[in-house]
Amino acid sequence: MTRELMKGNVAMAEAAIRAGLDAYFGYPITPQSELLEWMSKRMPEEGRVFLQAESEVAAINMVYGAACTGARVMTSTSGPGISLMAEGISYIAGTEVPAVIVDVVRGGPGLGNIAPSQGDYRQVAHGAGHGDFFPIVLAPSSVQEAVDLITEAFDLAEKYRTVVFIVADGSIGQMMEPVSLPEPRAIQREAPDWAVTGAEGRPRRTLTSLYLQPEEEEEVNLRLVRRWREAEANEIRYREYYLDDAEYVVMGFGTAGRVALSAVRAARAQGIRVGLFRPVSLRPFPYQAVRELAEKAKAFLVVEMNGGQMLDDVKAAAQGQVPIRFYGRMGGVVPFPDEVLDEIHALVSEPPTLDEDPRARWLDNMQRRMS
Amino acid sequence: MTVAAPTKPKNLKLVYQRPESLVDSATHYCPGCTHGIAHRLVAEVLDEMGLREKTIGIAPVGCAVLAYEYFTFDGVEAAHGRAPAMATGIKRVLPDRVVFTYQGDGDLASIGMAEIMHAAARGERITVIFINNAIYGMTGGQMAPTTLPHQVTTSSPRGRDVATQGYPIRMAEILANLDGAAYIVRRSLHDATNIRKAKKAIRLAFEAQVRDLGFSMVELLSTCPTNWGMSPVEAMEWVRDNMVPTYPLGDYKVAPELQKLRV
Ligand SMILES: Cc1ncc(C[n+]2csc(CCOP(=O)(O)OP(=O)(O)O)c2C)c(N)n1
Ligand code: SF4
Repeated sequence: MTRELMKGNVAMAEAAIRAGLDAYFGYPITPQSELLEWMSKRMPEEGRVFLQAESEVAAINMVYGAACTGARVMTSTSGPGISLMAEGISYIAGTEVPAVIVDVVRGGPGLGNIAPSQGDYRQVAHGAGHGDFFPIVLAPSSVQEAVDLITEAFDLAEKYRTVVFIVADGSIGQMMEPVSLPEPRAIQREAPDWAVTGAEGRPRRTLTSLYLQPEEEEEVNLRLVRRWREAEANEIRYREYYLDDAEYVVMGFGTAGRVALSAVRAARAQGIRVGLFRPVSLRPFPYQAVRELAEKAKAFLVVEMNGGQMLDDVKAAAQGQVPIRFYGRMGGVVPFPDEVLDEIHALVSEPPTLDEDPRARWLDNMQRRMS
Repeated sequence: MTVAAPTKPKNLKLVYQRPESLVDSATHYCPGCTHGIAHRLVAEVLDEMGLREKTIGIAPVGCAVLAYEYFTFDGVEAAHGRAPAMATGIKRVLPDRVVFTYQGDGDLASIGMAEIMHAAARGERITVIFINNAIYGMTGGQMAPTTLPHQVTTSSPRGRDVATQGYPIRMAEILANLDGAAYIVRRSLHDATNIRKAKKAIRLAFEAQVRDLGFSMVELLSTCPTNWGMSPVEAMEWVRDNMVPTYPLGDYKVAPELQKLRV
């Protein structure tokens, strides 16, 4: 297959079009705007729907409406936009209709900045909107992986009638890499049997997230939990590197995982038995796999571009079985492989203890670095 | 005991029946509330235009949150104020269907102000039935953007003080200024004559949509006897005496293609 040099945002957009996207609704925000711009050019060329909404609030509700018709639909944004979409995301989840959302994460909170960050981990993986629901969250670490995950995201959204997030930190949206795009899929699909399309020759259908009777709402809640358990059983995704004989395990997702891989390779060259575990599905989180590593490894190093948001999931999975060190860069700072290599050295030379708080040591180290 | 279904006596003309678009059930609306009248008018118009099987209705958050229960066509339930955005999403992927929103004044003129303005500005081929009852019905009678000056509500207990609580918003006048709008009118549901006029307006609004002319909205002055603390009759009179002077009835924008239309 031929490979093209493409910017992450553009590659994700084109991949979505090839995955049979019917409609895109969005609002400009850096570092995701090229995705929207690409859609504005390509979707009309394909005779499909592109609309620049008046806000992220409107965009997600347009997605909601289109999703109710059974259309394959997506939006893309960055953290401040996800905050505005939270309401609509919750309605989509409560109505059990499929939608794909790309979050190209920037520095925050507040207006923050437009540099790459992983600060939205908790927002999408643990929050995403009010009420009881779980979105599926996938985190690529390269442009190619982003392309592959987009295609999969639509299938997962439809299979589980859920929201699927692609969480790409700003660097994946912005960098150019060679990618091979999938063959275009046919767009013509039969509307699913729940879709609202006009009651022509059939009884009416209604789609709602309103269940006034608590028992009825509970039934819906339980259905969502059951569906989620199915996703937990079938959709956990992660990548392992050099783990077979590893004594030390580095953990990181997205760009942090990619940077960590370079550091792991350098450490291996120095004879350190270290490997990398890179979660790809942040939800469902690979708790079991992390737990098994915790039983084997001497120590973990968790690397993130935030203040330890995935760290908390790793701790929950490890259940105190392994000492953990944490290294985070925040505010849009991307760590260099050398920094992570230094951390691997420190992990070996001054191992953390089981009962220490990884954040405390990290904060002390950051303090020393700054002063 | 079984009751035989009523049969149509010979030689008699059927002049009144439940519209096919309307479900045969009681509604949850309070006695004297005009929501039920508005529902029926929409149902009659869609029946007469033969559009029932092509229609997708969008319920708001407000007293009409369950509106989709009362119609026999397809329906969805939007987030508070977001019905025009949801309608946009539906209409854009299904352009040959008839899509309408049904919204209260809190929904449309407060929390959903951005969505309604932009749907109109884009000329979305949707129809909006706007129920202006000058109050938040569902949440217990708080002040709405359409509440009249000095009107007492549960959140303006001394009457709406325009100095601190602002002035009523006239949505029909505002939306008529937007180029994307094809049909924008205000009618009232306070008596039979006005109800007939309202029905005609709803017909023209859907005609605007099926003729691909642009955005259409019918604002309907409505009652909320429960939260106004009035009997149904007093509420109708209050619309006539207090709301109509603040919200003048009339045509604010009618596309030329519709002006010639006889319905
Ligand atoms: C985001 C959000 N904020 C507030 C509410 C609570 N709420 C429900 S209905 C309503 C007002 C409805 O008033 P209106 O639109 O005038 O309709 P009516 O009930 O009078 O028909 C409010 C504030 C909500 N459901 N969602
Ligand atoms: S509270 Fe008011 S608007 Fe709501 S159903 Fe009762 S009368 Fe109608």
